[in-house]
Amino acid sequence: MLEIDIEKSLRDFDLQLRLDVNQGQTLMLVGDNGCGKTTLLNLIAGLDRPDRGRIALDGRPLFDSDLGIDLPPEARGIGYVFQSYALFPHMSVYDNVAFGLRARKMPEEDIDRRVKKHLKEAGLWEIRRAKAADVSGGQKQRVALARALIIEPKLLLLDEPLCALDVRRQAAMRSELRETIRACGVPCIIVTHDLRDVVSLGDNACLLERGRVAMRGRAEDVAVWGGDQE
Amino acid sequence: MVLFGEGGLTELANQENETIGIAVASRSRLREIALKAGLGLLLALAMAFIALPVLALFLRSPLPSIAEALHDPVVIDALRLSLMTSSITTLIVVIMGTPIAYVSARFSYPGKELADSLIDLPVIMPPAVAGIALLMAFGRMGLAGHYVSSFGISIAFTTLAVILAQVFVSSPFYIRQARTSFEDVDIALENAARTLGASRTRTFFYVILPIAMNGLLSGAIMAFARSLGEFGATIMFAGNFQGRTQTMPLAIYTAMQGDLDVALCISIILVAFSFAVIVLVKVLTRRVYKRC
Repeated sequence: MLEIDIEKSLRDFDLQLRLDVNQGQTLMLVGDNGCGKTTLLNLIAGLDRPDRGRIALDGRPLFDSDLGIDLPPEARGIGYVFQSYALFPHMSVYDNVAFGLRARKMPEEDIDRRVKKHLKEAGLWEIRRAKAADVSGGQKQRVALARALIIEPKLLLLDEPLCALDVRRQAAMRSELRETIRACGVPCIIVTHDLRDVVSLGDNACLLERGRVAMRGRAEDVAVWGGDQE
Repeated sequence: MVLFGEGGLTELANQENETIGIAVASRSRLREIALKAGLGLLLALAMAFIALPVLALFLRSPLPSIAEALHDPVVIDALRLSLMTSSITTLIVVIMGTPIAYVSARFSYPGKELADSLIDLPVIMPPAVAGIALLMAFGRMGLAGHYVSSFGISIAFTTLAVILAQVFVSSPFYIRQARTSFEDVDIALENAARTLGASRTRTFFYVILPIAMNGLLSGAIMAFARSLGEFGATIMFAGNFQGRTQTMPLAIYTAMQGDLDVALCISIILVAFSFAVIVLVKVLTRRVYKRC
């Protein structure tokens, strides 16, 4: 379970959030550009530092201003899929996926076995030697996801995972993504602009406005929020 | 009096528009041709201005005398010293300049503007001024040299002074290029590496450095070339002693006082080196990673 209770003052407003995400649940974060969605993901991942508060995963504090705890990103065990996918362009698909395991200094044969499994499951085995910069948008998305999942994260963060794909591919990837996330069984936060993502990927949804939770509820009710707002 | 029907009027207006359109089009085409011709002439002039002196250098020096010059102990000493000092300089500049460039590209700290300006200063400082400044700092009576010389170590007028002068003038060439290369590395890649479990150091060596490598290499080559050509600061701070501080440019200057042919031959060797360096930079910087 992920527990968040943090404050951070940003340039235009103060981010003040209290959120919980249960094991195996997916929380969809929606909101206008610049409302603090990506900042929140970065704060959870340890790429940015809250001013005050606490972030805990399965009871273990990742950040706690009172206790002076602030784990670096590499010690948090969080799988983060970036909006641009952030694949390492100088590495092959294989090396991108193996990166997290090599950082953990795992024996090469174990790495090979695990990478092979993940690449085969994601349908990427055939293109394992291709440079990450040379594969298609859909394949990049799968590589980014496989790279984040192979480290067996305790939490998944996905920043607009489908927005770089064309519309037809989005639909196919949406159901694929749902299956993969469900199979992980860890808490997951997905930032999106697309209400179709909210309904098909999420259990719960949260509308952020200027760094605060404006609405919160079940993912399937989001369409009604949209109606209210318009 | 009505001369045209409605359709006739429209047709006339269309014809008029067409004529105006053709006139405008031909005028803009003429302007474009004139612009292209002007730019072509400018390019030809610039190329002639640079190529002519280089060509003159080659035409004035007979080939056998170049081969002969390569056996001259003065030339051999100068060539050896130049290559050795420039290589050591490049090594020092790369080792010290890389972390500085990275910090400058990624972090802000108090006085950063000032530090960046100071790093760039040697580029616009006349080399002779740099030489005097180094002498005032590291000479026997200099600010820092005063303390060093009390230990019996003297810097000025030694090979070490040649290296210091080269480091002073060439380091900005590397640091500026390295800073730009680091700035070009997408911060999301660093963030991705960190969340995947890589420490800052591992991220730097496995992600940032390989991506920025082309830029760093070309910066290092530029610094090497600048060191190879360094004259003003060296002669002021290190003097002109054969085998110890007389690098290629200083040997050219010395040879000019006596035998022009020898000066020409050393110049040609230096030009050949510089040209090879430029070609190397072009080849290395062509291979740029696509962004993901």
